[in-house]
Amino acid sequence: MRDNFLTRTWNWIDNRIGFSDYIVPLMVHLVPDNARWWYIFGSATLCAFVVQVLTGISLAMSYVPGGENTYESLVYITNTAPLGSLVRGMHYYGASAMVMLAVIHMVQVYMHATYKYPREMNWMSGVVLLFVVLGMAFTGQLLRWDANGVWSVTVAAEMAGRTPIIGPTLAHFILGGETVGGSTITRFFAMHVFIMPALIFAGIGLHMLLIMRHGISEMPDVNEPVDPETYKEEYEKRIHKTGVPFWPDAMWRDMIFSTIIVVVILGCSLFLGPPALDPPPNPSSINANPLPDWYFLWYFAVLSLLPPQLETWVILGVPVLGFLGLFFLPMISNKGHRAPSKRPWAGFTVIFGFVAFLVLTIYGYKKPWSPDFGVKELPASIVGTDQGPLAEGAKLMHIKGCLYCHDIGGYGGHRGPELTEIGKLLTRDDLIIRINNGGHNMPAFASSISDQELQLIVDFLLTRGVMHEDNSETTSTP
Amino acid sequence: MNTEQPQSDQPCCQQQQRRTFLTRLSVGLSALIGLIITLPGIGFVLAPVFRKPKQQWRTVGKLEDFKEGGFVLVQYEDPSPVVWSGVTAKAGAWIRRISDSEFIAFSINCRHLGCPVRWVEDPRLFMCPCHGGVYYEDGTVAAGPPPEPLDRLQVRVRDGKVEIETAPTPLTLTKLT
Repeated sequence: MRDNFLTRTWNWIDNRIGFSDYIVPLMVHLVPDNARWWYIFGSATLCAFVVQVLTGISLAMSYVPGGENTYESLVYITNTAPLGSLVRGMHYYGASAMVMLAVIHMVQVYMHATYKYPREMNWMSGVVLLFVVLGMAFTGQLLRWDANGVWSVTVAAEMAGRTPIIGPTLAHFILGGETVGGSTITRFFAMHVFIMPALIFAGIGLHMLLIMRHGISEMPDVNEPVDPETYKEEYEKRIHKTGVPFWPDAMWRDMIFSTIIVVVILGCSLFLGPPALDPPPNPSSINANPLPDWYFLWYFAVLSLLPPQLETWVILGVPVLGFLGLFFLPMISNKGHRAPSKRPWAGFTVIFGFVAFLVLTIYGYKKPWSPDFGVKELPASIVGTDQGPLAEGAKLMHIKGCLYCHDIGGYGGHRGPELTEIGKLLTRDDLIIRINNGGHNMPAFASSISDQELQLIVDFLLTRGVMHEDNSETTSTP
Repeated sequence: MNTEQPQSDQPCCQQQQRRTFLTRLSVGLSALIGLIITLPGIGFVLAPVFRKPKQQWRTVGKLEDFKEGGFVLVQYEDPSPVVWSGVTAKAGAWIRRISDSEFIAFSINCRHLGCPVRWVEDPRLFMCPCHGGVYYEDGTVAAGPPPEPLDRLQVRVRDGKVEIETAPTPLTLTKLT
């Protein structure tokens, strides 16, 4: 009786909304049976987006996008609001998951050359989605409106400001004026919460529509290169012969992987917590150490390693050319082999890209090009003594900031050459000239160092690497 | 979905003309609605780009507070804060007293990518934590990637008070010549 009532109710609703007519055919559309676990990344990216939408809406209930109240609301969400820390953490790790999965999904599609005929637009819409997701990641980092957020938006405005002719206009558009201020965060809030999610929803809609239109591609086969003349007809024949309904024959794998992703996001939030907040967003505070979130550390490193004459063109060119190159990839090659074994350059490109990303990210995290402001004085174990001219010279190395950039025995920055063995490599005159005049990306210290201080530093440096061999000779001061 | 065309007694070409007219009318009105909705919004969003606030002189301390020697960090309010700005309306500068009435001041923004430079007293250098830009005490580039010297700010002494003229965040522009 009850079943009959429920059935009748559902039938009434189904008749009115057309679920069986429109939605069920989409759910049970035929997909290749040989893809198995390869095609789980796209749906997992979508799942991560759902996590972002839901946790984002929750956060927006308490987040105040305006001036210093923004920071206070973040402190409240993190420390006081029930489950606030958990939700903020899920939003943060969900963003990382979404970026990672979108890239993995793209790499899989690239390696299987699924972007070839007739799925060129699937790829193109995916590229647009990837860049919007990166935009979400960047604006999301800024919504963590602390000291790091303020300086990150300043860096973004400076980068935009390098654009020829319209640079200042772009920079002031980003800042919401000529300086960082109250109007800055409200702009990024609008972009992050309204504009970009709307683009993502629209992009996902188009992406899904195209998937339904062209079908899920089969695994690459070396014996079946793509021929636009015959592909569709042959695909239809094969899919009707060997395909399986997406729901539930293929979808269970997506569900298992998406479940793992959600559990990992939850676990990270529970056990690692949300990212710590820096000091308040005071643009006049210099005690900040601006660093992008992990997905942009590689770019941060690139900007530090480039020769100055190339820098502007890389700042502006990498995003534009990167987008155009990826977007128009199917226009360059939309037929022929899909199998990775027949496309060795594809594998090489992915491996090179991954290694470059990894190396640059590690480099960006370590920041060897930055002065180490927190370096401690050299201990007696490294100096060899704790008194006398040698110890004074070692102390001056710290006071004068030499150790900010030079490492001695594991103490000091890495911006300049390591000086642990410098006594073997340079003479007294070499050292004096180098310290006084600078050069090779080192400032000249002639105006900020006295003769006596210079002699003490040089005496100390001359003992580096040779101290144990001839201590008496190198510790004399003329 | 019913997509069949209704039967009509009107001659074919007359019906077609009517449809063409209605199509154009609908597209045109859609465009008009779009313009009416979006233009004020676009103007509102772009206004800060074209609105140039008048720079202001801001007091950063009494004359006697500044001793001759190294640079000290001062804070002041930017020229056109919105009411909800709070601490985000602040701007910073490095200022140094050179003589009884002479000062020199620099924006804290590195000319590489805008990060906050720090004054390090003993080597008498400004250093940037982001990409390792280094400047001498006169603001000129000593090392690292900055393409230009630190941006100098105007300073004056009025009625025993030291004042700095506010300025936009210094941008390093690309010249095509």
